[in-house]
Amino acid sequence: MDVLIILIGAALFLGALGLAAFLWSLKSNQYDDLDGAARRILLDDDLPED
Amino acid sequence: MTAILDDAASAAGCCPASQAVPVAFPDEAVTGAGQAGTFAQTGEDGRHVLSLLVDGITCAACIAHVEKAARSVPGVEFARLNYSTRRLQVGWQENSADADSIVTALAARGYKATPYAPEGVSEGDDAALKTLLRALGVAGFAAMNVMLLSVSLWAGSDMAPETRLLFQWLSALIVLPAIAYAGQPFFRAALSALRGGRLNMDVPISLAIILAATMSLYQTITGGDEIYFDASIMLLFFLLLGRTLDLRVRAKARSAAQNLLAMRSRAATVIRSDGTREFLQAEHIRPGMTLAVASGERIPADGTLSSATATLDTSLLTGETLPESARSGATVFAGSLNIGDPLELVVTAAADATLLSEIVRLMEVAEQGRARYVRLADRVAAWYAPVVHGLGAITVLAWLWSGAGWETALLNGIAVLIITCPCALGLAVPAVQVVAGGRLLRAGILIKSGDALERLADVDTVVFDKTGTLTTGALQLADPDRYDEATMALATALAQESRHPLSRALTAAGRSHPATIRNIRETSGFGLSGEIEAGEIRLGSRTWVGAGEDAAPEDTQAEIWLRDAAGNLTRFTFDDELRRDAVETVSRLRQYGMAVILLSGDRTPAVRAIAETLGIRDWRAGCLPQNKAARLTALSAEGRKVLMVGDGLNDAPALATAHVSMSPADAADIAQVAADFISLGDRLGAVCDCLTTARQSRRLVWQNFALAFGYNAIAIPLAITGFVTPLIAAIAMSGSSIIVTLNALRLKWMS
Repeated sequence: MDVLIILIGAALFLGALGLAAFLWSLKSNQYDDLDGAARRILLDDDLPED
Repeated sequence: MTAILDDAASAAGCCPASQAVPVAFPDEAVTGAGQAGTFAQTGEDGRHVLSLLVDGITCAACIAHVEKAARSVPGVEFARLNYSTRRLQVGWQENSADADSIVTALAARGYKATPYAPEGVSEGDDAALKTLLRALGVAGFAAMNVMLLSVSLWAGSDMAPETRLLFQWLSALIVLPAIAYAGQPFFRAALSALRGGRLNMDVPISLAIILAATMSLYQTITGGDEIYFDASIMLLFFLLLGRTLDLRVRAKARSAAQNLLAMRSRAATVIRSDGTREFLQAEHIRPGMTLAVASGERIPADGTLSSATATLDTSLLTGETLPESARSGATVFAGSLNIGDPLELVVTAAADATLLSEIVRLMEVAEQGRARYVRLADRVAAWYAPVVHGLGAITVLAWLWSGAGWETALLNGIAVLIITCPCALGLAVPAVQVVAGGRLLRAGILIKSGDALERLADVDTVVFDKTGTLTTGALQLADPDRYDEATMALATALAQESRHPLSRALTAAGRSHPATIRNIRETSGFGLSGEIEAGEIRLGSRTWVGAGEDAAPEDTQAEIWLRDAAGNLTRFTFDDELRRDAVETVSRLRQYGMAVILLSGDRTPAVRAIAETLGIRDWRAGCLPQNKAARLTALSAEGRKVLMVGDGLNDAPALATAHVSMSPADAADIAQVAADFISLGDRLGAVCDCLTTARQSRRLVWQNFALAFGYNAIAIPLAITGFVTPLIAAIAMSGSSIIVTLNALRLKWMS
């Protein structure tokens, strides 16, 4: 059953990765303006200026 | 702001900048410029940051317009708009740009921006929400991984003992640190409640979580099977979810209120003894200073008028719809709007001593009284916690008495505490409040405090203010078809030169092209005059046009007179229109069994007319702010639960005194801060919507409590008799939470 060690390790690692990503996004204020984030996607400011 | 409201607005071409026409500027926006510099903050690196509240943001394009407008000011390095809170932050290096040009740049695009001092807007909610979210993330991560291991433990009865032990230790390794971190919001609240000698829901929650974890650890070490790691972390996850939802509802409402309060700290123009003018923030004004107040500006402090005459709109303070004329030496109050010529005044009372602050103070006193209201969940917790702890103790004693060992007795006692942990109770109220809040938001109503719905459901009396609440608050020309074209043309031509509310109403009603008039002059407090080919014409008060006191019947309507070149007099009358659904709303409230009362600061005849139209028998006119509050105190002394609906500054103390209160969105800032509900539309029917939703919510909350107790009635005997296994605990706990949440969602489909 040695494979379990690897599987559990992988599961925990992936979970921890997700948690780290969540904590990072929280820390960088990405949940401060949820309505705005939903709308900013409609802005065309990535187009080259004419 | 809801998506529905926004989408409707964008379809109509919402943003000022997306309309091709040049934007006519609201008076207060223009005067806001020139003061902005005092609000800019300087960082250590010499960078200035200005925080602004921006009005009129309704769609995605507005974000781009606002940020682009701010960045277009030379020297500006960054501009970031928070769409949810309507707050804009602009930064620039020292001496490379200035605050006023940013306000002006935004104004040119049609966005009214008000600078505010960021320290006045507390970040407490944000920080608390972040702590909860972090805890929620950690608990979620731990719950997922432990469940993975626990399902194997439940299913794998043929598992090798070493593997079993490994899984148990792994669970312990994940859960114990997770609980130590994510449980802190509950542990802290429980500790502070115990220190204060109280019991709240957090005490049984904390006890159950800690005991479950400790016992599971003991069982793991001694090789037992009663391991509740999964149940305890899941419990924590569900409870954190409820807590987060609850805080989000309240934080959103509070940030709206803070925006309003921040706007209040305006700056004022001070005239120094050498004649120079200087901008000062309102809290730096001292008695004895001379202030200049431009047309369209609010007076920042109480004082004595030093200009010869002035015309003031005091509706914010008194509810009086007609403008008031003041002469030199008269006392003027902070909060009055100067609608005449620019005026000067000598400050007699500033900042905390003004009438405005007095009203705010009255309001705060009243709010403290209301803070004594105990939320339903806390009332339930107050007897739930002792019962649960008592049951646990009885279980231990009963098992000991029946001859079981200490270990078995304690195990079963702890099982009782775990199974009764108020998981469903913790979700029962917030889940309903979130759904109710969402439903009211779609109907255009904001809820400011979490327990407002509970209080609203108890209401048996509704008190209305008149101006701006039952009526639209805007004067309208009565029966405009009565006047002939030529008269209207003359009147409109003069009226459009004045900012007086009656002139504005006249201009708004003008159908024809205004006539050409030369030499138009305004005499503050009297009226306007001008010349046409045939001679002088005048528009204004009765005395201004030379009409005798007997020229027209003495009635209560607001009036304005026109004298044309030939000396013919025309009298224009104005009504303050009832809201369209006022009659219907009042009669619906009666059907609900409510007593309806009208309290107004306006004159008796005007109030009587409205009361008769609506069939309200209990009314009083000429009420001062303290009269209204006193009447509400008297009503509550009679044991009545009052809903106060009002919009003026003069209503603020009453709004805060009432059991629960509501304000329209165009109400005075301070009234909105005092109110529990803010309705965004111009429908008075929102009052009925709120009442229906509040009563349905109360029913659902009670149903949820019943469900939670029903679950306990089944589970507690099992726990006491020692039949609960970790699997049963996990299923029972998540099952009851899900049922309670689903029941709360039913509110969405109720009519």
